[in-house]
Amino acid sequence: MIDVQDIHKSFGDAHILKGISTTFEKGKTNLIIGQSGSGKTVFLKCLLGLFVPEQGNIVYDGKKYAELSDDEKRDLRQEMGMVFQGSALFDSMTVEGNVMFPLEMFTKQSKSEMKDRVDAVLKRVNLIDAHHKFPSEISGGMQKRVAIARAIVMNPKYLFCDEPNSGLDPKTAILIDDLIKEITEEYNITTVINTHDMNSVMQIGEKIIFLKDGLLEWEGTKNEIFKTDNEAVTNFVYSSDLFKKVRQMYIQEQN
Amino acid sequence: MNYLASVGSYAIMIREVFKKPTKWRIMKSLIYKEIDELIFSSLGIIIFISFFIGAVVAIQTALNLTNPLIPRNLIGFATRQSVILEFAPTFVSIIMAGKVGSYITSSIGTMRVTEQIDALEVMGVNSLNYLVFPKIIAMLFYPFAIAISMYVGIFGGWMAGVFGGFLTSTDFITGLQTDFVPFHIAYAFVKTLIFAFVIATIPSFHGFYMKGGALEVGKASTTSFVWTSVVIIILNYILTQLLLG
Repeated sequence: MIDVQDIHKSFGDAHILKGISTTFEKGKTNLIIGQSGSGKTVFLKCLLGLFVPEQGNIVYDGKKYAELSDDEKRDLRQEMGMVFQGSALFDSMTVEGNVMFPLEMFTKQSKSEMKDRVDAVLKRVNLIDAHHKFPSEISGGMQKRVAIARAIVMNPKYLFCDEPNSGLDPKTAILIDDLIKEITEEYNITTVINTHDMNSVMQIGEKIIFLKDGLLEWEGTKNEIFKTDNEAVTNFVYSSDLFKKVRQMYIQEQN
Repeated sequence: MNYLASVGSYAIMIREVFKKPTKWRIMKSLIYKEIDELIFSSLGIIIFISFFIGAVVAIQTALNLTNPLIPRNLIGFATRQSVILEFAPTFVSIIMAGKVGSYITSSIGTMRVTEQIDALEVMGVNSLNYLVFPKIIAMLFYPFAIAISMYVGIFGGWMAGVFGGFLTSTDFITGLQTDFVPFHIAYAFVKTLIFAFVIATIPSFHGFYMKGGALEVGKASTTSFVWTSVVIIILNYILTQLLLG
């Protein structure tokens, strides 16, 4: 579980996060949504420890990040997995090399133990024949799956995803969403996903927080988002005619 | 003010490079890879340039020796002095600032643009140590490349001088041995080692702290070449004054 307590973050005169408090629960897919410039990426980078908030606390299963020593922070980072928007695979390494990288860096496992673990996670993300291919030789969807495999290879407690299905076709995007949800439940991870994709919101949003101008404007579940009266949320989520119709149908069904 | 901030950031980067080292098992393979990329793959161009520079120095010297009282073996002497003191350590370093420097900036810059550096940081890896330290260690082998450059440069001078009919092989070798000061070799290698550090770190700095996309990677490579060359030229002056002045 990640407990966020009143975090503030500024860059020069720009006050990006203006006091966000929320909780991300274990075993659930937690989604951060909001317009571009609402502070989603800065918020995610604060959760990852890449940005240090000027005020407030982020507590990871009882451990206050700000109070940890450098070594403890490094240990905590090793409990985090991250799937970047562009996958961020190391292009000088093969698929196998990319997934093995955290194991080589942080464990004392033998080569065969590492290979077994890599085989297992690549099988889990349905990538069986791509071990010796380079990232440039595989599709965007496969790259995302390799990134997920790399993120979970160390059995992380926390999984962060930044726009995990951007640039993917709708079918592959749904596969990636489902895979993240399955892994979250299977490994009992606290998963936080930064997304613009309303399909993901409807598909896997067990907890959704909506940021607006650096503030937490709304939070709830995917069912609650259908019923909300919050104008900012409805303007953002139901900006397309398709989703407006989906919402109307849902409300009619409920009535 | 901006330049001052950059100098400060560069100093902080150097400190970070030596903090929290990467596992030796991984670092060892990174160092081997960098020696191959930075040193071995540059030997061809170093040998090519050095040979012809040495040859041109010998021909130019020969063509300017019009006074019959000046011995022909001066051609060998001038070739040796020019190649060892300046052409091999300084001229080749500026070429390397272009070849190796732009490779370093563009490879690290591309990693920055594609979030690969963020991925390293999130995993808890000291990305500066992982990316820059192996390059610094690999560049410790740069003096070997310069030693080859010196040898090939002088050999080029000998070929051009002897086969061009400007002097005999014996005259050239006599010139090479005339007034030889062993400290000049030490001076050349001290310069080379310092230039090696500059060639490894300034392009890394420009790649690591770049912002933007593919276009900015190209701009960062150009900027890094300009600054690496400027720093090499200034350091060359300072070191010459300190060591030979």
